Amino acid sequence: MLRAVEPLEQAIAARAGTAAPLAVRDLTVAYHRKPVLWNVDFTAPAGGRIAIVGPNGAGKSTFIKAVLGLVPRVGGEVLVFGKPVESQRRAIGYVPQRESVDWDFPTSAVDVVAMGLYGRLGWCRPVRRRHLEEARAQLDRVGMADFADRQIGQLSGGQQQRVFLARALAQDAQLYLMDEPFAGVDAATERAIIDVLRELERAGRTVICVHHDLQTVPEYFDHVLLLNLRRIAAGPVKEAFTEANLQRAYGGRLAPPELVAAVRG
Amino acid sequence: MEITLADFLTIDLPAMLVGTLAGIPCALLGTFLVLRRQALIGDALSHVVLPGIVAGFMISGSIATLPMMAGALAASVIAVLLIEAIRRLGRLETGAAMGVVFTVMFAAGVVMLEQGVGTRVDLDAQHALYGAVELTYWRGPTDWASLLDPAIWAALPHSITVLAAVALLTVALVLLFYKELKITTFDPALATSLGIRASWVNAGLILMVAVAAFEAVGSILVIAMFICPAATARMLTDRLSRQLVLSVVFAILSGILGYVFAAFVPLWIGAANSLTAAGMIAAVGGVFQLLAMLFAPRYGVVARALSRRGEIPA
Repeated sequence: MLRAVEPLEQAIAARAGTAAPLAVRDLTVAYHRKPVLWNVDFTAPAGGRIAIVGPNGAGKSTFIKAVLGLVPRVGGEVLVFGKPVESQRRAIGYVPQRESVDWDFPTSAVDVVAMGLYGRLGWCRPVRRRHLEEARAQLDRVGMADFADRQIGQLSGGQQQRVFLARALAQDAQLYLMDEPFAGVDAATERAIIDVLRELERAGRTVICVHHDLQTVPEYFDHVLLLNLRRIAAGPVKEAFTEANLQRAYGGRLAPPELVAAVRG
Repeated sequence: MEITLADFLTIDLPAMLVGTLAGIPCALLGTFLVLRRQALIGDALSHVVLPGIVAGFMISGSIATLPMMAGALAASVIAVLLIEAIRRLGRLETGAAMGVVFTVMFAAGVVMLEQGVGTRVDLDAQHALYGAVELTYWRGPTDWASLLDPAIWAALPHSITVLAAVALLTVALVLLFYKELKITTFDPALATSLGIRASWVNAGLILMVAVAAFEAVGSILVIAMFICPAATARMLTDRLSRQLVLSVVFAILSGILGYVFAAFVPLWIGAANSLTAAGMIAAVGGVFQLLAMLFAPRYGVVARALSRRGEIPA
């Protein structure tokens, strides 16, 4: 890690909730008066690679969207590096689910990546040549340099996911929130995402991913947040990603062999 | 029948200007509406503004632009609030709520029009539905050289000045907020997470749509110009900037050719009457769309059939 932090210091910071990349307290979210997240507390460790895991409809994506302010919070508080999330937009990078946008949109891969720079550019400032060059460099990092000028609808699903990843890299954020980046991607894309996660870890950035594949959790991530409407468990993978916790999160819906395989990695 | 140059400059040129200038802002804003899958918002607002325009006219007692424009904007805001209220209280989906609001408000506008102001000049149901493209006269120019005289330009009809101002304002706003319009159309969640409030950009876009719908004299022209040029341009390019430029080109071509087909072609082929300009402009817009669907280089029916044949070895 680039920014090594003493364990004691980290513990104090986590308790105070000030320096933590993300500190969520008592978060409650409801759609049409139906609660989808109840009183969730979570503190992300600095430089961590954190998986959010839980069954379908557990509120994993909602957690990320509520943190970003994309869905209204009924209650609770979200602090990013000790400040309200609204004032910390530049510190956060976001990778939405691939299905959330219209890939027929008339734009190229490099244009989409350049959108990651819009926050830094500010209102009404145009995208210039050097911004597009920066976007091309980010596409290169995910192995997509050859596809920069392709209309985004002509890319494969995995390539589209890498475009989103490059866009998040362009944001040059301290905290990354990714919604199922590994969902339905090819092997090349999976490797590219893992490389980026490692690179971000080395640079001391914090990454939080909604993740659906339990088998790969111990391999890709070092921390985990188990959700099912409420927080089931959270902590280092070794401590929190246990059979008992998974059983609680999935409510017995997980067949035992699958469960054992997941916990053993 | 011979058309003199003086007639052309007095009657036909201003009508063509009205047709093209009204189309430009519609084409630009329509590009974003079509990409947002909200193409019918232009249609809805063009109906919704009618009671506002009539109310503005009845209260001020004049056909000055400002009170009618204020009425149109007020009606748009009321419509948006009503749609939201019906959606929530009536538990209807947005499309149904919009359908209810815009038909009821349009009907109210027609009733107000017939009862309140039907007998007076320049504001009647005919105008509201079909537009009054051919009712604009420019008293002054008699030949091309006279267009160089500033005094002639001072006599330019007020409606053309206003249309030009709205067109310029729309071009300026789209250039200034191009990046914001693009990202909120493509990925509103990312935009909001970056601090570009998608809801503000949406509100601004809808406001401009209301202004353009009000200015574009007549519902038929508005509906056609919001959708046809944008949809035609989409068939021809994969770049948003080019789509915007092409949509303006098609709006201008529709305005000019539509008028030619309405005013001149019937006379050339010996018909007794000319046709309605707004209707013909809309029809030409539809023909462009049809041609693009058939013959566009990549997305056209013909091109796709040819490329399919190329892929399958005989």
